[in-house]
Amino acid sequence: MKLLKRLALVVVVCLLVAPALARGGETLDAVKARGHLLVGVNGALFGFGMPDEKGVWRGLDVDTARAVAAAVFADPEKVKFVTLTTQTRFTALQSKEIDLLCRNATRTLTRETDLGLNFVSANYYDGQGFLIPKKLGVKSAKELNGASVCVLPGTTTEQNAADFFRSTKMTMKPVVIEQNTELNQAFFGGRCDVLTSDASQLAGIRAVAPQPDDYVILPEIISKEPLCPVVRHGDDQWRDIVDFCVLAMVAAEDLGVNSKNVDEMLKSADPNIQRFLGVTPGNGKALGLDEKWAYNIVKMVGNYGEVFERNVGEKTKLGIKRGLNAQWKDGGLMYAPPFK
Amino acid sequence: MDVSLQQTSAMDVKPPVTSVGVLGWVRQNLFNGPLNSILTIVVVLVLVRIVPPLFKWALVDSLWTSSGAACKATTGACWSVLTHNARFILFGFYPHDQQWRPLCCVILIVGLFLYTRSPNRWSKGLAIAWGVSLVAMGILMPGGVLGLQPVEPGQWSGISLTLLLSLFGLTVAYPLGVILALGRRSRLPAIKAMSVLYIELIRGVPLISMLFMASVMFPLFLPEGITVNKILRAQAAIILFTAAYIAEVVRGGLQAVPRGQYEAAESLGLDYYQKMRLIILPQALKIVIPPTVGILVSAFKDTSLVVIIGLFDLLKTTQVTLSNPEWMGFSTEAFLFIAVLYFLGCFSMSSFSRRLEKALAR
Repeated sequence: MKLLKRLALVVVVCLLVAPALARGGETLDAVKARGHLLVGVNGALFGFGMPDEKGVWRGLDVDTARAVAAAVFADPEKVKFVTLTTQTRFTALQSKEIDLLCRNATRTLTRETDLGLNFVSANYYDGQGFLIPKKLGVKSAKELNGASVCVLPGTTTEQNAADFFRSTKMTMKPVVIEQNTELNQAFFGGRCDVLTSDASQLAGIRAVAPQPDDYVILPEIISKEPLCPVVRHGDDQWRDIVDFCVLAMVAAEDLGVNSKNVDEMLKSADPNIQRFLGVTPGNGKALGLDEKWAYNIVKMVGNYGEVFERNVGEKTKLGIKRGLNAQWKDGGLMYAPPFK
Repeated sequence: MDVSLQQTSAMDVKPPVTSVGVLGWVRQNLFNGPLNSILTIVVVLVLVRIVPPLFKWALVDSLWTSSGAACKATTGACWSVLTHNARFILFGFYPHDQQWRPLCCVILIVGLFLYTRSPNRWSKGLAIAWGVSLVAMGILMPGGVLGLQPVEPGQWSGISLTLLLSLFGLTVAYPLGVILALGRRSRLPAIKAMSVLYIELIRGVPLISMLFMASVMFPLFLPEGITVNKILRAQAAIILFTAAYIAEVVRGGLQAVPRGQYEAAESLGLDYYQKMRLIILPQALKIVIPPTVGILVSAFKDTSLVVIIGLFDLLKTTQVTLSNPEWMGFSTEAFLFIAVLYFLGCFSMSSFSRRLEKALAR
């Protein structure tokens, strides 16, 4: 399988070298001609990309895709979701099976260069953390010396944990278990002291514990996982559109515009809001979209805060606090450039 | 000799209580030796330990229509995970208000299969019924005609996808396999070489890598802008894979037909096609029914591998349901249900093969 993956990579790279592939504006034209957006999603990650019991897609990544559809078509439902595995996600983008990948993909240097992908602004800042039973009385990850750690094999998670323990001169006993569900059961059954995974996942795992209050997520985050929507190299206009669709949700929250007050905000005297909502035209033309594009995103999908709270926020099963994903004004990393 | 006296005395003496009735049966079948007695006691003890708790878990303490939170409080089985998510597990992304369509298709396939199981019901009418229902399914699933809302193949999922992949996978792979087997036994070198190459190549790789090729590599070789439906690609991979295995089984059958049969057919002046169709294949295929069904059963189970290329078959829709925090942790109940469905499928296939063998042996 590793060989196959490498072979696929080589083919991808070869295709990228073909010069005819990169022409600006191509993706937007193709999307418009087709009449809907093709978006790669996870399919089994609660809060990010997963169908509910009626088969309706829900999640932060899904809503990001809907925002792009709202900007392009003024209709957030003009999206077809394609479920992709970790192995198939990047090739699906390269082979033009999808226009856009919103599948909790971490931006890294080699993915951006070797794979020929463009990661746009992050729609979620994740990071690896530790889940631990309260009764152990551990308050910080620095007190974990000698702990047995439940971890999935062959992931960056395993490597991150090993790196963390080595750099802090502590020892760990890895308990490596192949399947997520078994891993959780092993942890709740007491086979290891600590469970390590992405913080967003830990919240979900804690939520399904027999007694969720008996477990805490330690404050330390030991890795950086900026999860970004991804497009192909070579179509800068499409990259800009997707990038600013993500940023428009962030900017809307920053400007105090949400799906409920957006119609009143059209009358706002603030020039920033006027430009943002297309009352003062310019932004839409620059992107090659309708001037109402940002208005449509906010009206039909919501601002970043609304999308966050709806899918992963404190009222959901995941119950994740804003943390790194708060606005820059509130100490988070969500920061949109001026829309002018 | 006094015959009547003898008879009455024989009737007077009853056989010992321990050799007739329930007691006799128990003694004869369960305690007819030290080894069997020990085995019986051990098995009974194991059953006593397992069955009552299982019964209590599965039926007495179980919840059927509660929420996920209520399930966590109980010690019994949480069948609510199934009742609550049944429509997604069975039909996946098929539009909610249109799910009667895949339901009809599933009922058609299962009903027709069950009816077809006994060979003495086979008739021209049945063949027509299959044809008509295949056309009906071809209309019902994609829609777009007769005022049915169009549903594209990407939304076909759950049990309807599993059944479609199996039904078409098996029915197309079987004739293809027979042709390949004939090709391998052909006297024409080009055909023979091609068949051998194909069979050995396909049998040399696992199905997973075929599916990966179909889903990851294949689209890269297509000209720009052309995409082939993902389900179709997976279906083709399953067909090509199963056909190679069936070819080898059928070749075994062809070799088992005595040489005299071939010569007899030739001496009657039959040409190649007549010889194969009338004399050789009917015998060869009959010989290889058991191994063929074995391959078909495993191909049916292998359709669940499409999970890894992101298709939502029955297994995947179940896994997705289980990754919802509300239902996380009730995998035992959900997978038990899936196991029962697969068992029913496989068991009915093998019972079909047994009936077929009996009917053909007559």
